[in-house]
Amino acid sequence: MAKPRTLFDKIWDNHVIETQADGTCLIYIDRHLVHEVTSPQAFEGLRLAGRKVRRPDATLAVADHNIPTTDRAGGISDEESRIQVETLEKNCTDFQVPYLPVLDVRQGIVHIIGPEQGLTQPGMTIVCGDSHTSTHGAVGALAFGIGTSEVEHVLATQTLIQRPAKNMRVTVSGTLAKGVGAKDVILAIIGKIGTAGGTGHVIEYAGDVVRNLSMEGRMTVCNMSIEAGARAGLVAPDEATFEYLKGRPMAPKGAAWEQAIAFWKTLPSDPGARYDTELTLAAGDIAPLVTWGTSPQDVLPITANVPNPADEADPGKRQSMQRSIDYMGLTPGMALNQVKVDTVFIGSCTNGRIEDMRQAAAVAKGRRVAAHVRALVVPGSGLVKVQAEEEGLDRVFLEAGFEWREPGCSMCLAMNEDKLKPGERSASTSNRNFEGRQGPGGRTHLVSPAMAAAAAIRGTLADVRELLS
Amino acid sequence: MDKFAKLSGIAAPLPAINIDTDKIIPARFLKTIKRTGLGKNLFNDWKLNADGTERADFALNEPAYKKAEILVVGENFGCGSSREHAPWALTDAGIKCVIGTSFADIFFNNSFKNGLLLIKLAPTDVEKLMEDAKGGHNARITVDLEQQEIVRPNGAVIRFDIEPFRKKCLTEGLDDIALSLKQAPAIDAFEGRDRLSRPWLYS
Repeated sequence: MAKPRTLFDKIWDNHVIETQADGTCLIYIDRHLVHEVTSPQAFEGLRLAGRKVRRPDATLAVADHNIPTTDRAGGISDEESRIQVETLEKNCTDFQVPYLPVLDVRQGIVHIIGPEQGLTQPGMTIVCGDSHTSTHGAVGALAFGIGTSEVEHVLATQTLIQRPAKNMRVTVSGTLAKGVGAKDVILAIIGKIGTAGGTGHVIEYAGDVVRNLSMEGRMTVCNMSIEAGARAGLVAPDEATFEYLKGRPMAPKGAAWEQAIAFWKTLPSDPGARYDTELTLAAGDIAPLVTWGTSPQDVLPITANVPNPADEADPGKRQSMQRSIDYMGLTPGMALNQVKVDTVFIGSCTNGRIEDMRQAAAVAKGRRVAAHVRALVVPGSGLVKVQAEEEGLDRVFLEAGFEWREPGCSMCLAMNEDKLKPGERSASTSNRNFEGRQGPGGRTHLVSPAMAAAAAIRGTLADVRELLS
Repeated sequence: MDKFAKLSGIAAPLPAINIDTDKIIPARFLKTIKRTGLGKNLFNDWKLNADGTERADFALNEPAYKKAEILVVGENFGCGSSREHAPWALTDAGIKCVIGTSFADIFFNNSFKNGLLLIKLAPTDVEKLMEDAKGGHNARITVDLEQQEIVRPNGAVIRFDIEPFRKKCLTEGLDDIALSLKQAPAIDAFEGRDRLSRPWLYS
């Protein structure tokens, strides 16, 4: 009998073209997503070497990282951003790569539009010059971020030189409490294993909590696999996956759909498959979470207090903790739900999907954003924006005093105009709270969309459970 | 890519843990369409005060480390984004080798594609080299990739491991796209088989 294999093992084995003596493999890449920031040097490399794109039909490009989220009909005023977007457009024309223009309703954050268009499918290898490519693992695709040299490598050869990852399984069992969602689940996992806990591994998320998450929720969980140091995140495809993909523009149709489903059903890990690392979490132990420091592993329940470095025994960790608390402008022992925020950001590839908009709107409905708070809602794609508007969510946000923006990466990494000023503090649904991530000197607290909306209303980090009826 | 020759240079200490790629090169400096010129913004917000003056508490600002070619770093260096601008900024600033206990996966791959040698060592060895790196003008160490040896200022030798394929690419300065293009017949054959088993991906 064949050795039981994990979902990762199966996808990997399906894509190996050649294996060298030292274990380095040449693997085939099924789909390649391209954006404006990490691709110009790759296309330039192709030009200099006189190389072509091997499979333009397996490639899709969109601008998302540095475009404005205000009205774009008049073009992009920031010169460097405009040049990057124009360069992407020219490269796509020259190399015949399909491109979704900025004013197309399908434009959006690269990791939102892949699943939305049905480009992202189970069993695929998917890469993009962006670390949050792990998002696509939610449908059971092996999806990971690559650097620009590898972008060029994939453009030229449709392959990558890689070594297999180790298998990790994270099982979350039980029932999530009210006010606790997918974002809290992944923050809890990162808090537990740390930002290097997944290094060298692909994490497969399992258990009834993950099974019961919507596809959007699974994407939120897989998205932040990189914050746990993992190469990728995976959820085994199931009926929810097939239901989500059915009828999407790039999903297979007719007889091909039936053939694809039959293949996809063979992908889940075999009983008895071996994992190098296993972790189990009880859903009941997860509260609405917030980060207090400058690493995504600095996670605490909203009911907790800012930790005290003096309580940390390890001198290196103590020093790092003190530096974080100083940068964040916090005092050990202060209650996290008393920390005043200036800005609230709802959006990003982590939490810019329709379900995130709904969860935030449910908290915002009939309430007002605190007078001192600037609150931005940035849908992840033009199609998310249209759907939210059809559901009246834009009215809910606008009436509560939130801004309703055009899609893009926006304040997640502050490459466009949306950024914090030095010393400003945000509650943000994005994925990184690194120093300066949302603008030089800016201070970021990572939270779920519902918690972000609660912070906007209260004007401080807040426990969303107090606002849920 | 340039070939990696034997390196003898000043090592600078950066013991902080989890140095992320935003810290190595903040996102606002990624609005370039070139690979070069990023060295001036290496560690920008760590190196400089808001008014543009140099921060006294940052090692690379010290005269002894201005020409450092080696960094000895804390664990999980290079975590965060996939931006290759991080190794581009390091190499543009003259860094040729980074030594630590662990590196983030994507940063690790990106560095080798740019001739930047990353060496993973046991914590006790990194601690020794971290102490050596604190020696300022005396913090000169030698990295011999061929022999897989680091020679400390006191002459003591630390051995290191490296995957054979990565070593070959560095020492010979190989263009791995050219290597993979030579595999075109194997790639064609793969696509031919795959087109039969997963035809919906080729319509």
